[in-house]
Amino acid sequence: MAGFAILTAFLLAGHAIREWGGVPLPANVIGLILFTAALGFRLVKLETVEKAADFLLRHLMLFFAPVVVGVVSFFPLIGREAAAFVGGLVISAVAVLLVTGWTTKALSRETAAGVRAADEAGRAEGAGTGGNARGFDRGG
Amino acid sequence: MPSGWFFDPVFGVAVTVAAYVLSLRLQRRLPWLHPLFVTSGGLILMLVALRIPYTAYAAGGKVLEFFLGPATVALGVPLYRQFRRMKRNLAAILAGVTAGSATGLVTAGLSASLFGASQELVRSMMPKSVTTPIALELARDLGGVPELAAVLTVLTGLFGSMFGPALLRRCGVRDDLPLGIAIGTAAHGIGTARLIRESEPQGAASSLAMALAGIVTSVLAVLVRNGI
Repeated sequence: MAGFAILTAFLLAGHAIREWGGVPLPANVIGLILFTAALGFRLVKLETVEKAADFLLRHLMLFFAPVVVGVVSFFPLIGREAAAFVGGLVISAVAVLLVTGWTTKALSRETAAGVRAADEAGRAEGAGTGGNARGFDRGG
Repeated sequence: MPSGWFFDPVFGVAVTVAAYVLSLRLQRRLPWLHPLFVTSGGLILMLVALRIPYTAYAAGGKVLEFFLGPATVALGVPLYRQFRRMKRNLAAILAGVTAGSATGLVTAGLSASLFGASQELVRSMMPKSVTTPIALELARDLGGVPELAAVLTVLTGLFGSMFGPALLRRCGVRDDLPLGIAIGTAAHGIGTARLIRESEPQGAASSLAMALAGIVTSVLAVLVRNGI
């Protein structure tokens, strides 16, 4: 329960900062940034919040199911604009996937292979060269 | 025919939790069935069949929705955990997530406009790549409809989680890090949930990207709002 109290306290702070501080981000995002910073600076211990946080995140779907149910009120709009609904969704999803993947790949190549090498070092002999080979030989 | 007690919040909470538990059970037998679709679809059918007004359901629905707030803050836990592991690639990750988030806002807005969508839909579409609780708030801030944003976000997550990994591999993105970051940025928690089952390093990268994309997109949305 202490974890839940801490999470809601940060959410409350997010609301206060949005209202009074004029920060234009959503209150939950402000809360998330502050909370992550607090973890980083060891103001909040990971062990205190871990249980509550993992529970909330595991059941995220339960919490936004009611919002999805709310779409019943917007069926007529979706029917009218079905092409834009589907087209916009697919085009933009593909664009985000590729732009993110390519950008991260281009900038992380060497270090990514290194990190994987470190990850795999325990598993296989010569993982470093293996990681490197896989990192470099399959340019797109 | 619905009488007073339908409007008590306990009604919406009880049926939603029951539908959620049942859908999780069902998923164990039929793994391709997404629990969120079963839960929401089942509830919609029930409301329509029994002619229960949406406002009656929403009294309880709002109670559960409340937990989206603390759940978003809770994203700080995976963010912090993965942040420590991926410090070395932070610049590449931030660049990828920022480029992807900007692409998401712009292409969603533009492509929906090209298809002749209303402003309502365009503005609900823009934040659809980020995790649902953040997408809702961003849609509200941008002048869109939170319910539409929720559905678009969920569908985007399903699309990205079903087709994303294959598409990325075909386009030359095969390493764990860029693949996970791309899925987390484009398909938030639903994409992350799939990757975690298949590969621990990919899932870790994806959950980091999902939290970062939520923050980065929120900041970019402020610029969009000031520009409009």
